[in-house]
Amino acid sequence: MIEGHVPLSAAVEIRERGGACEEDPNALYCFDWAREHLVERFETPTIQHLKLVLAAVVLGFVIAFALALVAHRRRWLQPPLLAATGVLYTIPSVAFFFLLLPLTGRGVDTAIIALTAFNLQIIYRNTLVGLANVPAAVKDAARGMGLTNRQLLWRVEVPLATPEIVAGLRIATVSTVAIATLAVFVSGWGLGSQIKNNLNFPTAIITAGALAILIAILFDAALYLIQRWATPWRRVRT
Amino acid sequence: MTALASPLASIGGAIEFVFEAQPSNVTGGKLVGGLSQTVELALTQLEVTVFALALSLVVALPVGLWLGHRGTGELFAIALGNAGRGIPELALIALMAAVIGVGVLNLTVALAVLGIPPILTNAFTGIRQADRASVEAARGMGMTELQILTRVEMPLAVPILMAGVRGATIAIVATATIAPLAGVLTLGDYIINENVYGEDGVLAGAILVALMALALEFSLAGLQRRLTSKGLKLGPA
Repeated sequence: MIEGHVPLSAAVEIRERGGACEEDPNALYCFDWAREHLVERFETPTIQHLKLVLAAVVLGFVIAFALALVAHRRRWLQPPLLAATGVLYTIPSVAFFFLLLPLTGRGVDTAIIALTAFNLQIIYRNTLVGLANVPAAVKDAARGMGLTNRQLLWRVEVPLATPEIVAGLRIATVSTVAIATLAVFVSGWGLGSQIKNNLNFPTAIITAGALAILIAILFDAALYLIQRWATPWRRVRT
Repeated sequence: MTALASPLASIGGAIEFVFEAQPSNVTGGKLVGGLSQTVELALTQLEVTVFALALSLVVALPVGLWLGHRGTGELFAIALGNAGRGIPELALIALMAAVIGVGVLNLTVALAVLGIPPILTNAFTGIRQADRASVEAARGMGMTELQILTRVEMPLAVPILMAGVRGATIAIVATATIAPLAGVLTLGDYIINENVYGEDGVLAGAILVALMALALEFSLAGLQRRLTSKGLKLGPA
């Protein structure tokens, strides 16, 4: 079909409906379509995806970090908190979105709550392990220098636990980027929208999937760099 | 009380939907839901989950154990585990359905793609972290390499190994929920096709999927406890 002979509106409509590939309808990936529609179709879903992930990971970190600090000093809290966050982690996100339906209805808030709940255990467990792995000798030395419990926590234990904490954040972030594609079912948001609305058009599915993977890699690299910056002593070789 | 009344009514509606078929809005009053359809969808979801998990184990376990025993391929094993977490489930299922085709077999393979990375990585890590002194002692006693793997390293690796299996199971059963997009009707059909099943159906599906995932997780935790040797449970975890 020659482009010039088709009214523009009709051509657009054909693409919208079937997601047709102009040069070869059977092509697995239609580069022309992707080039033409990348910004128009994927900009908003990508920004939504970033917002979902950022909100869920930041919220998850704040809650899980606080829980871990409390449980670090009150050890009897550790088993129940592990079990509770474990249940939240185990419930599949698609189910979690709709379990919240009677409480929060449909929407972005519901998606963020479910993604946050999924995150908690990963961050909580890594933080707790990091704090527990601080050598007793270091803590004794700090106490001997006269540090209070609060100073010990913030100046010794948390900095030394940073690698494990960031490792947890990286796992949580990468997993959340992938799972946030499912948020479309409850909120219409995220890169999943371009997958769900183009189920028979591989080009759109691949583009959305690739963008999600790209976002995951970028977040992962950023967190790695933050960890290196935050723990300069680990770069010193002895 | 009033704030709670509506959520409780929704749950009541969902429970009713599971046991008694309801007329649907779109199928011209045809009955949907009810115990027989629910059981059928649940069994399908369980079936594809078990198939996919079995396939993941068959592929990932020997490779992970062997690499761990040899102590080679660490980069591969760790990188695979990291990359596996980043696979967007929805894109994977949608792409499989659009390019390769729908059906139980294709779905099983796609789900196994999600199960292989955690099992392989944890099998590797578990074996690598098995106490080296115990392994050396076993070698000194004249055990063959296979005996060392199965009688020393694997028992020591059970907790980490099972953590991988549990992670794989959660990923697989969660993604089996969106299997209706690939033409396999699981409990997720209640959730995804709201126009057919209505709000009660959506909530019923969500509750049942959550219960199924938790039941699988509890069974595997129980299995892990049975597989862990008594000696390991005594020491500090």
